[in-house]
Amino acid sequence: MSLDIRAGEFFGLLGPNGAGKTTLISCLAGLARPDAGHLRVMGHDVVSDAGAARRVLGVVPQELVFDPFFTVRETLRIQSGYFGIRNNDDWIDEILAELDLTAKADTNMRRLSGGMKRRVLVAQALVHKPPVIVLDEPTAGVDVELRQGLWQFVSRLNREGQTVILTTHYLDEAQALCGRIAMLKEGRVVALDTTANLLARHSSHALVVRLAAGDTLPDALRERAVAEDGAWRFRLATPTDIEPLLATLRVAGCRLADVQLLQGDLEDVFLDIMHAGGAGA
Amino acid sequence: MSGAVTLFRKEVQRFWKVGFQTIAAPVLTAILYLLIFAHVLDEHVRVHEVAYTAFLIPGLVMMSVLQNAFANSSSSLIQSKVTGSIVFILLPPISWAELFLAFVGAAVVRGMVVGAAVLAATAFFTPMTFYSPLWIVLFALLGGGIMGALGVIGGIWAEKFDQLAAFQNFLILPLTMLSGVFYSIATLPPVWRQVSHFNPVFYMIDGFRYGFFGVSDAPPETSLAVVGACFVVVALATLALLRSGYKLRN
Repeated sequence: MSLDIRAGEFFGLLGPNGAGKTTLISCLAGLARPDAGHLRVMGHDVVSDAGAARRVLGVVPQELVFDPFFTVRETLRIQSGYFGIRNNDDWIDEILAELDLTAKADTNMRRLSGGMKRRVLVAQALVHKPPVIVLDEPTAGVDVELRQGLWQFVSRLNREGQTVILTTHYLDEAQALCGRIAMLKEGRVVALDTTANLLARHSSHALVVRLAAGDTLPDALRERAVAEDGAWRFRLATPTDIEPLLATLRVAGCRLADVQLLQGDLEDVFLDIMHAGGAGA
Repeated sequence: MSGAVTLFRKEVQRFWKVGFQTIAAPVLTAILYLLIFAHVLDEHVRVHEVAYTAFLIPGLVMMSVLQNAFANSSSSLIQSKVTGSIVFILLPPISWAELFLAFVGAAVVRGMVVGAAVLAATAFFTPMTFYSPLWIVLFALLGGGIMGALGVIGGIWAEKFDQLAAFQNFLILPLTMLSGVFYSIATLPPVWRQVSHFNPVFYMIDGFRYGFFGVSDAPPETSLAVVGACFVVVALATLALLRSGYKLRN
């Protein structure tokens, strides 16, 4: 696997369960040692220059873990101290506010709901203002409000120059946030491109046509059509395919009750690439 | 280094927050031992010309230091491994040497706090003498350090709580209970007396007790040399284990 994530990117790391996303992140974060090869964070090798590499990295782990002995604020102060930062309360207060945790600052971690604990994990990863943030499925099991708040906050950090690496199974989030995406399968990169290019290259448009009552689809179009809730769905290689299709219907005397043009999304791209086994990355 | 200081403080806070369990409970256990053994034996037994209750107290204090130092580092590590919160100390730039200093340092602090509390509580039972406080402190620090480091090894090695309990019950507990806490090895049959000399905990207890009474089964210099050597060996083994990332960064 060879992957180069540029400074300031919002980068998506996608793949099915067991594809190697968390293993890659674990190696990057120093939680596991790679059998072979090298990983560098801002030029720092994660094994030979581990201290410097860890200093510039903030990781939100996938598992919902916490230390039950401490309050939220104590947890964040301790985490700051691990990175050699003292008197970090101003930044801690800002993170707490951004993640809607201010009211829970003095609550013991044990008393927090799952979603709240997830927010604290995000806060812990950010206490030392890392230039590179790794979010390993940060919105798994959390409510819509937190997702929106979290993405607003992380997007702001990204706009301010921080590199964000995201793994998620919510492909709509990846599509909306990530400028570039790598798709992994069985430990290999099977696709690597900008989100726009992936959508353009792999996603197709579709035209859904509902005919007026009594009208039937011409035989010439039947092979291409898929019946769908009383309508007909046509896959389009490009949007310009619409015109000849509509012309055929017009010539056949079909009246249109409804027409919808559907844009393919990252989920289509993901399924397409995973089933194809690769995209020549 | 400030990462290590934070981790050290956090480890101290951790046992302090549950002081009823980590400090009061071992003090109560030590007092119960003292009540039972002193009641049965005080009028019948003198050891090195010292009344049995007075002889027993340093043994109980040192046993508390050793067992609690082990418990602190081992329980913290196994708990954070099992719950997954170990990532909070593995993700930051805390070196293996700093992990050692923080965990062993906090273990020594807990051992010393519990030991001091046991000594204070048992002082009501009989007047104590302090022949050489320096020896007392030295052996308590080294003993706590050895057990704290062994706790780190146990906590890293164990993957489940019952594995750690086995380490504690089948290694640490017999070594401490059969080390002369409750008796002088001079009273043992020759074979068992010889066997006791291979138990490093015997030298910790014996040297510690020397600091109170100025008498001991083995020369205190010998005990100090054995305990010091043990500390170096266990510390090096622990450092090597932490450096390798064994069961931590895999």
